[in-house]
Amino acid sequence: MSGKRVLLTGNHAAAWGARLARPKLVPVYPITPQTPILELLTEFQAAGEFDAEILTPESEHSVMAACIPASLAGVRVFTATASQGLMLMHEVLHYAVGARAPIVMANVNRTIGSPWAFWPDQTDSVAQRDTGWIQFYVESAQEALDSVIQAYRIAERVLVPAMVNIDAFYVSHALEPVTIPAQELVDEFLPPYAPEHFLDPQRGESWGNVVTQDMYYRHRRDIGAAMDRVPAVAEEAGRDWKDRTGRGWGVIERYRCEDAELAIVTMGSMCGTARDAVDALRDSGMAAGLLKVRLFRPLPAAQLREALSGIRDVLVLDRNFSPGVGGVLHQELRAALYGIKRAPHVHGYLAGVGGVNVPPERIMQFARDARASDAEAEPVWVK
Amino acid sequence: MGQMTEMLCSGHAACPGCMEALSLRHVIAELGPDTVAVIPPSCLAIIAGPQPLSGLRIPVYQPTLESSAAAASGLRRALDVRGRKDTHVVALAGDGGTYDIGFQSLSSAAERNENILYVCFDNEGYMNTGAQKSSSTPHYARTSSTPAGKLSRKKNLTEIMAAHEIPYAATATPGFLGDLVQKVRKAKSMRGLRLITLLVPCLDGWGVPDNFGVALARLAVESGVFPLYEVEDGYRYTLNGPAKTRPVSDYLDAQRRYRDVGEAEAAQLQREVDAGWARLQQKILSAA
Repeated sequence: MSGKRVLLTGNHAAAWGARLARPKLVPVYPITPQTPILELLTEFQAAGEFDAEILTPESEHSVMAACIPASLAGVRVFTATASQGLMLMHEVLHYAVGARAPIVMANVNRTIGSPWAFWPDQTDSVAQRDTGWIQFYVESAQEALDSVIQAYRIAERVLVPAMVNIDAFYVSHALEPVTIPAQELVDEFLPPYAPEHFLDPQRGESWGNVVTQDMYYRHRRDIGAAMDRVPAVAEEAGRDWKDRTGRGWGVIERYRCEDAELAIVTMGSMCGTARDAVDALRDSGMAAGLLKVRLFRPLPAAQLREALSGIRDVLVLDRNFSPGVGGVLHQELRAALYGIKRAPHVHGYLAGVGGVNVPPERIMQFARDARASDAEAEPVWVK
Repeated sequence: MGQMTEMLCSGHAACPGCMEALSLRHVIAELGPDTVAVIPPSCLAIIAGPQPLSGLRIPVYQPTLESSAAAASGLRRALDVRGRKDTHVVALAGDGGTYDIGFQSLSSAAERNENILYVCFDNEGYMNTGAQKSSSTPHYARTSSTPAGKLSRKKNLTEIMAAHEIPYAATATPGFLGDLVQKVRKAKSMRGLRLITLLVPCLDGWGVPDNFGVALARLAVESGVFPLYEVEDGYRYTLNGPAKTRPVSDYLDAQRRYRDVGEAEAAQLQREVDAGWARLQQKILSAA
């Protein structure tokens, strides 16, 4: 395993991932708790260690608006945001997907106002699920670094932008030992961006012109086909990364799911807590496992069906809330598992909404409660 | 003006007699083929399309309505990274996309002094959606969202942008094509954020005959409603066009959008124009 072992926060690990991916343009706007990513990248650039233009517009909306044509001009682009910033980008997130611009963005998951709050909550990014961005959720600083680099390879292969989601504070501000891979290793994994089409007077190609109904229909269908390729492309990128670094990250991860009677399904930092809960539950005699959803968009439905078929109870922990529906992952999982043979009982627990702390003991109790009851159609508020 | 390289194709979708198409033809001819245009939703975007056709012989990126200056900034930096520092990036936006929804990103691009040319095709309203009021619509003008006439005055884009101390801010109209072309040429030779506020009478939106666009653009200048001038670095003012020689009523009487303006309103507009002209003269004198 080549690389340098250091202590990094999740934010600084994401910045290192961006640096190693060698983007040429970074439009970025400060927002808590993302700002350390911006600051470290500008420090790298000022020190001459990061050969990228930094563009500092007046808003996240303009950040994403600048990212899109820069990407279309054939340049690798990185940015980072959080919470309100992601909300403000919403219109242009759709626009980036329509433009097939393989931008990579780190998003630090934070509550959305109002009222104002600064806690980990994934509602900001799950609310972008219909924009067409590829979405990863990571549980550690190392995974943040590795995922930013992998996201470029995947996004550029399928020409769809990718978002790497990092839980506020639990991951973004927690110091962890991280291996920073050697630049040469990353360069071999991720060759320079060289798209077939790009904006240039010598080529005469344009983007954004008004189209007919049929052209629009075909364009949307093409985006869907590109998204369908993502799980396989992501698995391949993960395997290659593992060969080079020893660290593998699949689109989903099964932890102690063999012969499990109950599987906890969640995303992001909650996975680390759930891992400890699973170990303790196993010690206490319950056959529990964890299924970590790392790739949320596209939802790897086939992998989820295969992984969860035959498990009696599935306990979904959602650190997000969609009023009128409940937890978004709960909703998505029920849809993905509907109609399969030996379908599990899917229990939807709203755990950690607003950044409420969810220690392993609570997850163990949720698991026991779920095992003792039939799954309810409605989500359950828990703390 | 010498030999002109046609960059706007015939057969585009502009209305007959459109002043915007005439202006666009000269602006992009002067910029030449090594140019990428950023065109937000507007009449210009209609002229540029539709897919798979293009009315322009240069690449066009069409951003969202409010993000022309931000998109042009990103495109500019990307071209710079690729070593294409001499390729021109021009934003061609309407007044709605500039004075209103696009103003925040334009101000920011000006603060960063991005190396782009921004041409605002100012027809004083949302003409592409059926002539609604924008913050560029003048006092008392009737639009489909101000049926009794607009109660507030037109925002002065050129002055606001000059206050950003950008290298170049200028006004122009197709009524004085030589001046327009000269300003594009001058702007093209400079770097940093350059802005041209281009007053383009909208025949339908302003209520004038198809063959009256150029004459009306000249009236706008000659009445002092829209003086032709330029500002370098925010303080060096130069008057480029003719002096104010005609009453504002000559300009108002030619347009149906002012048909409900009475004597009192016309007198008020004359006072506003006179005061604006006097302020401009002071700036020119103090810069001399």
